[in-house]
Amino acid sequence: MIKEITCIGCPMGCRITAELDGDKILSIEGFTCNIGKKYAQEELTVPTRMVTALMHICGTDQPLSVKTSKPIEKSKIFDCLKEISNHYVMRPVHIGEVVIKNVCGTSVDIVATRDVE
Amino acid sequence: MMDVIIIGGGVVGCGVARELSRYKLNIALLEKTDDISNGQSKANTAIIHGGYDAKPGTLKAKFNVLGNKMYDKVCEELDVPHKRNTSLVVSFGPDGHAELEKLLQQGIENGVPGLSIIGQDELRRREPNIGSTAYEALLVETGGIVCPYEMTQAYAENAAMNGVTFYRQAEVTGIEKVEGGWKVISKAGTFTAKAVVNCAGLYSDVINNMVSEDKISIVPRRGEYYIVDKKYADAFHASIFQLPTKMGKGILVTPTVDGTVLLGPTAEDIDDKTDTRTTAEGLAKVLKFASLTWEHIPMRNFITTYSGLRAHCDRNDFVLGEAPDAPMFFNAAGVESPGLTSAPAIAQYLAEMIADKLSANKNENFNPIRKGIPKFREMNDEQRARAISINPDYAKVVCRCETVTEAEIREAIRRPVGARSVDGVKRRTRAGMGRCQAGFCTPRTVEILCEELHISPLEVTKFGGNSKYIESYLFEKGDNENA
Amino acid sequence: MRNVDILIIGGGPAGLAAAISAYEAGCRDILILEREENLGGILKQCIHNGFGLHTFKEELTGPEYAQRYIDKVLEYGIPAQCDTMVINITPDKVVTAVSRGAGLEHFKAKSIILAMGCRERPRGSLGTPGWRCSGIYTAGTAQKFTNLKGLMPGKRVVILGSGDIGLIMARRMTFLGAKVLACVELMPYSAGLKRNIVQCLDDYGIPLLLSHTVVDIAGRERLEGVTVAEVDPKTLKPIPGTEQYFECDTLLLSVGLIPENELSTMAGVKISPATNGAEVNENLETSVEGIFSCGNVLHVHDLVDYVSEESAKAGANAYKYVQGQLSREEDTLEVENGFGVSGAVPQHISKDLNEPITIMFRPRGVFKDAQVCIDVGDVQVATKKSRILTPGEMVTLKFSPEYLRKNTNADKITVRVEAQQS
Repeated sequence: MIKEITCIGCPMGCRITAELDGDKILSIEGFTCNIGKKYAQEELTVPTRMVTALMHICGTDQPLSVKTSKPIEKSKIFDCLKEISNHYVMRPVHIGEVVIKNVCGTSVDIVATRDVE
Repeated sequence: MMDVIIIGGGVVGCGVARELSRYKLNIALLEKTDDISNGQSKANTAIIHGGYDAKPGTLKAKFNVLGNKMYDKVCEELDVPHKRNTSLVVSFGPDGHAELEKLLQQGIENGVPGLSIIGQDELRRREPNIGSTAYEALLVETGGIVCPYEMTQAYAENAAMNGVTFYRQAEVTGIEKVEGGWKVISKAGTFTAKAVVNCAGLYSDVINNMVSEDKISIVPRRGEYYIVDKKYADAFHASIFQLPTKMGKGILVTPTVDGTVLLGPTAEDIDDKTDTRTTAEGLAKVLKFASLTWEHIPMRNFITTYSGLRAHCDRNDFVLGEAPDAPMFFNAAGVESPGLTSAPAIAQYLAEMIADKLSANKNENFNPIRKGIPKFREMNDEQRARAISINPDYAKVVCRCETVTEAEIREAIRRPVGARSVDGVKRRTRAGMGRCQAGFCTPRTVEILCEELHISPLEVTKFGGNSKYIESYLFEKGDNENA
Repeated sequence: MRNVDILIIGGGPAGLAAAISAYEAGCRDILILEREENLGGILKQCIHNGFGLHTFKEELTGPEYAQRYIDKVLEYGIPAQCDTMVINITPDKVVTAVSRGAGLEHFKAKSIILAMGCRERPRGSLGTPGWRCSGIYTAGTAQKFTNLKGLMPGKRVVILGSGDIGLIMARRMTFLGAKVLACVELMPYSAGLKRNIVQCLDDYGIPLLLSHTVVDIAGRERLEGVTVAEVDPKTLKPIPGTEQYFECDTLLLSVGLIPENELSTMAGVKISPATNGAEVNENLETSVEGIFSCGNVLHVHDLVDYVSEESAKAGANAYKYVQGQLSREEDTLEVENGFGVSGAVPQHISKDLNEPITIMFRPRGVFKDAQVCIDVGDVQVATKKSRILTPGEMVTLKFSPEYLRKNTNADKITVRVEAQQS
């Protein structure tokens, strides 16, 4: 399978093309520096993203901002968002507090990114 | 049965309401939209015209000159910002002299005082930024500028203070003759009244034609405008018209009472009375012509564009007074430019006529004085300190561009015939009219509207109808109860 | 009238960093005036991650980044008066502010730091024709509605402009269940960071239409759709026949930021037409002695980390000024924007300096295999090679003050790009 990605290492935004066999990279072309090569290897095998989201706080319309404690697999972003939207928290909440453990079985937690008294 | 129903909440309708409230009469005003001052009265050139422009003998000429003379007193009574900044009709090139002379003579015939033709030197002394081809000009000393929606608002508030009832979202769908008067069917209910006044602007033909065989037709004439940031408040002092040429009527460049500069309008007859779109062609035309007057228009400093529709009547003049075949049905139809200038005179004329026909007595309690919302931006430190000590909401600036406080916004909503939408707040306070065009203050204005009107953010609109800001809550309300 | 050594106007990232650095330099009489209820400025609503990579070597969200600075301010006990709006500044540094609690107050400051931030360019300034319906928001306004108020502006979205806030909001609206149809950019390149284009648009299959713009807006009440057309990259005028219609209820604008300098102007501070911010010297001091400017009110930055860095410098210099240790050379060299450069800061550089001089600017276009050069007079004194320069990313370049002493005949400093424009 041929996959194409854009490098985010710098504003060059090199188009990197790779031939894959499952998770195995057969060849990579188009990168112009080592940052690009490294980025492509990660991005092509198991791409991950930090996810930030909004969570319901009981008794108010104003949301709690939250994030994943570590990057999660890109393919799980929407499952993760869904799980967050199924939860709510009670006040007070503090920055760094874990509000959901082990989101979507990823072993990554969801933590609050602001204080709500 | 009521005494008078006024149809239309523009500057003429609200003016008629205020003038009629000098009499002991039971009066209601019906406005189609969610707010007064929502048609022609909100989108026009905001000029107090001298009166040289209309053909002698027309109602436009007569009421323009009369209205112009009334402005200082009315604005003083109603606390409406206006300024006699003079008008100039500029000819670009030497060929315009005969035309200027003609306008001068026409003005004199119409009874306009303070007209003269000024030459190059005087013109440039008065307006150093005028375009290089400007040659000479007709100086109109009585020309001025006014805030048209504040004028309308002031009339409405003063009318309401003196007993007039206002109904909004009250579009009139039918008028029938009944014993001793008229039955007016509206979306806000059915009313009967001894007299009806048609001040329906663009729809004054529809209203007139419901009752009279003396049919009229109103063509919407669209005008498009640019507004330039108040950084350029001092670019021009007078309202600068261009002498009409074969190329067209020309584009006006004028300061506004709020310190911005207005460029426009175009004049395009269209079919749709609701089509207030701006167009690429129209806006380009404004710039093309305006650049004769203002050669270096600061293109990066436009803050908004808009368009307004003028109610141009096929009779080329105002239609004022009782319809020939419909007793006690009065028209103020086809009131387009110089309608804003003429409004005080039209209002007085119709009110006196109607009161006379109804043999109405004077309302001894009539109070002609209306005070505007005290404006934080216009206060000195002492006044500001006092305002905050009385009402701490004066310390909360919501609109940063125009320095409008929460106190002013709340008062705009609470006043008689108060704001019901974000645009309503904007017209009454200038919140959101500055250079960021409501980017910062919209969320807070929406909240204040919710608090004052006891509605949810989902119900707040820009200007009524479906012009909503918010589609849904992020989280179901229900969860709160479960907690 | 209250006396204060350093008065900081604005409690966002710039004001906070300036306050902390002034404190760390030794100042014990600092006051921050913040118009909103809480400190943190725009970062409060920037709940996405990506802040602090330079400063903290970790990726924080906006509120977390702000909290680090707020915690420091609290730890140092620097007074911050929130809910307080500054309404006037005089050239002799008398500041008038209003608040619910204290009413109208006057402050006499020895030094003032302007840190008011910036605001977004609205639709009106673009002159886009069409209806003036609801459903058109600046990206930041929409962000405030969703992230702070918990309110969803709409469900089918087009984004005009590819500034970072617009890109971030494309992803946020997608996360919140909206369909983002396209991001439309007038220029042939994006004004946003490459990372944001990939992670906010590409990840979710949102097309980025370069050299396109919105030419018509439909919807009498609420927005119903927009017409998008391709533009000629040279004239930026729409090309007839390329129009496509997007049915949408929301148009988000991310078409530029304007430093908020009303107060600076009142204080008599000279504003640069290139940055729309104050003209400053290498100490970040404005044309009015003792008044400093930093952060987005000075010039619009790409990364908050640079805002913090710049503001820390302003804070330290303000304290030097208070102590009478900041020399103010009237004999300065002007910094000229040469080819490919817009809005270089500082605009004035003293001839007699001991520390290295840093100049920041935004490239005026995209340049590949470029070299950024600084000339003092006719002499090239510093160069920096770059594989690519884009308007979305600021360029910082340093040079040694030695060169100013060597070239005493120089009448100006020029910053320029040497490259083929691509």
